[in-house]
Amino acid sequence: MISRRDFLQASMAASAIVGGSGFGNWAQLAAQQRLTQDQLLQFDTFGNVSLIHITDIHAQMVPIYFREPSVNIGVGGNAGVVPHITGADFRRAYGIEDGSPSHYALTSGDFSALAQGYGRMGGLDRVATVINSIRADRPDALLLDGGDTWHGSYTCYHTAGQDMVNVMNALRPDAMTFHWEFTLGSDRVHELVDGLPFAALGQNIFDAEWDEPAEMFPPYTFFERGGVKIAVIGQAFPYMPIANPGWMFPEYSFGIRDENMQEMVDEVRAQGAECVVCLSHNGFDVDKKMASIVTGIDVILSGHTHDALPEPVLVGETIIVPSGSNGKFVSRIDLDIQNGRMMGFRHKLIPIFSDVIEPDKDVAAVIEAERAPYKDQLSDVIGTTDELLYRRGNFNGTWDDLICDALLSERDAEIALSPGVRWGPSMIPGQEITREDLWNVTSMTYPEAYRTEMTGEFLKIVLEDVADNIFNPDPFFQQGGDMVRTGGLGYRIEIDKPQGERISNMTLLSTGEPIDPARNYVVAGWASVNEGTEGPPIWDVVEAHIKAQGTVSLQPNNSVEIIR
Amino acid sequence: MKLTRRETLFIGMGAVVAATVPLPALASVEDAVAAFTGGADVGSGGITLSTPEIAENGNTVPVEVSAPGAVSIMLLAAGNPNPDVGTFNFGPLAASQTASTRIRLAGTQDVVAVAKMADGSFVRTANEVKVTIGGCGG
Repeated sequence: MISRRDFLQASMAASAIVGGSGFGNWAQLAAQQRLTQDQLLQFDTFGNVSLIHITDIHAQMVPIYFREPSVNIGVGGNAGVVPHITGADFRRAYGIEDGSPSHYALTSGDFSALAQGYGRMGGLDRVATVINSIRADRPDALLLDGGDTWHGSYTCYHTAGQDMVNVMNALRPDAMTFHWEFTLGSDRVHELVDGLPFAALGQNIFDAEWDEPAEMFPPYTFFERGGVKIAVIGQAFPYMPIANPGWMFPEYSFGIRDENMQEMVDEVRAQGAECVVCLSHNGFDVDKKMASIVTGIDVILSGHTHDALPEPVLVGETIIVPSGSNGKFVSRIDLDIQNGRMMGFRHKLIPIFSDVIEPDKDVAAVIEAERAPYKDQLSDVIGTTDELLYRRGNFNGTWDDLICDALLSERDAEIALSPGVRWGPSMIPGQEITREDLWNVTSMTYPEAYRTEMTGEFLKIVLEDVADNIFNPDPFFQQGGDMVRTGGLGYRIEIDKPQGERISNMTLLSTGEPIDPARNYVVAGWASVNEGTEGPPIWDVVEAHIKAQGTVSLQPNNSVEIIR
Repeated sequence: MKLTRRETLFIGMGAVVAATVPLPALASVEDAVAAFTGGADVGSGGITLSTPEIAENGNTVPVEVSAPGAVSIMLLAAGNPNPDVGTFNFGPLAASQTASTRIRLAGTQDVVAVAKMADGSFVRTANEVKVTIGGCGG
């Protein structure tokens, strides 16, 4: 007997064979040095329902460079499986040719050279063109935004998210869930959510005082599309008050709440849902574990950890679709729903090559209107880079090396700490650094660059604590960020050890001496989650440092020794 | 005001902070369980303990425990200097044998629940709750 899982696996195989994911074709196109909008958008409409997923835009309305990680270590059951393979291994796993557009879009190697050839990615006006094309095939396709939308740029900060709300409304989403949006503070979130013409979902957004579902964020909503009753259940980022400043949204409690997720799935099925979609900001490994516990979800649209995969991952009878970040990708998933069951799917991760996909004029005008009042500030050049500047990766990226250098010199510190966030576009050698570029990697509502003293013992506790938030073998204990970046401090990390035993050989780089647990060190950092943190905003600190340098060049950073 | 080590760390940091637990008070946990059960064998199953995987605030962690058919449920925080949290007794007219409360956790540790059933048998379960402040969410 053929099980439904066999059907779903057959969908995966068929997609690879007919080039439904488009990947075989891209390599060929690269050889011909030809890439067209039609080829990027080509899709044989399938089944009776279409989903469009975009997530983790981080307020990037215009095209950017974004280098995918070269270090993305998986632990426990996720060691060595996607998305925890990178570079050439990733390309081999998906049959991606070196030098092809998909090499550039999905992996890290030769980034600067390929970026010159293939250009910037993303831009919400290009995204609009892709969405319009899908809607031309399937007018009632659902557009679902996975969150981290109202955060991450100069204009987003100065409009408190209004610029992104206005631009996204022009794309006409059907539902959304949340993470960094809450760092605007709950009053502002309420104001913006009140005005949304679509559903703001989160089955795990609870009232902190009563531990009851928060009224403003319903757990799910129904859509009737293609004759199919579809339930979309929202899952906000589970660890918001821990990873971000909880004092900015004290009314709310989150958590994974997988038992409640199961209750919601059962509830919508009982109300006649024939297809259940989870719009998630859990992060990929958390979504995999949740899919193994909660039954009855057909599709998890996965955000938060910024992974982009050319094929869904099948867990039980649930397909998980991660769609990248920063506007680089849009996922299209066509589903065949028969008698309340998903019998097959067709999927394509559509890369937004900004020089290939024509901008949609209407949305381009909306973006221009949002940017116009800030044009002078955005385009102000503060320096030039000789380096490839990037952040994404489990350990220090060059952007963070630069930020840590700025903290050490401008704040006169021995050690610098910079948060392991996963947002922040890249820059290629020779580019002028504008204020917009700097804000793309620093913008947040708690930017104070503090200067304080910490003992060596305490520094170790900090490193151990953050390391366990990434490398705990149980995904439900992972918060989805990368390791805290360090300046002036080297260490060894043994990934597979338990908390408290991972970090050793801590060294003060300026003297080469071992860190003394009893001594106090002057530490500068930013993005503290503690209320009342004092200091100048990080963008002023880094701008002063870049201006003093003129042209940015960096020493190779070998200060972290990784033991697997 | 007397500051705990943990509070001192919070104040001194201004940045990411972690809490470490003193040595788990395991001996006193087992003593408390033995006192509750009178040394009887303790089984598993039939008792559900709901806790967050990671506490949003270690000073007030929501905990719910349910054991249908129980007459009494004891809650313990294994890593607290004083592990005793409380014991919930259910009379014969209780509509459900479920209790929820909020507890303070000194650091990452197991929360333990032991239920005494109507037939005099005992069941036990435990969840680890992590107390952390990461501050680096992607």
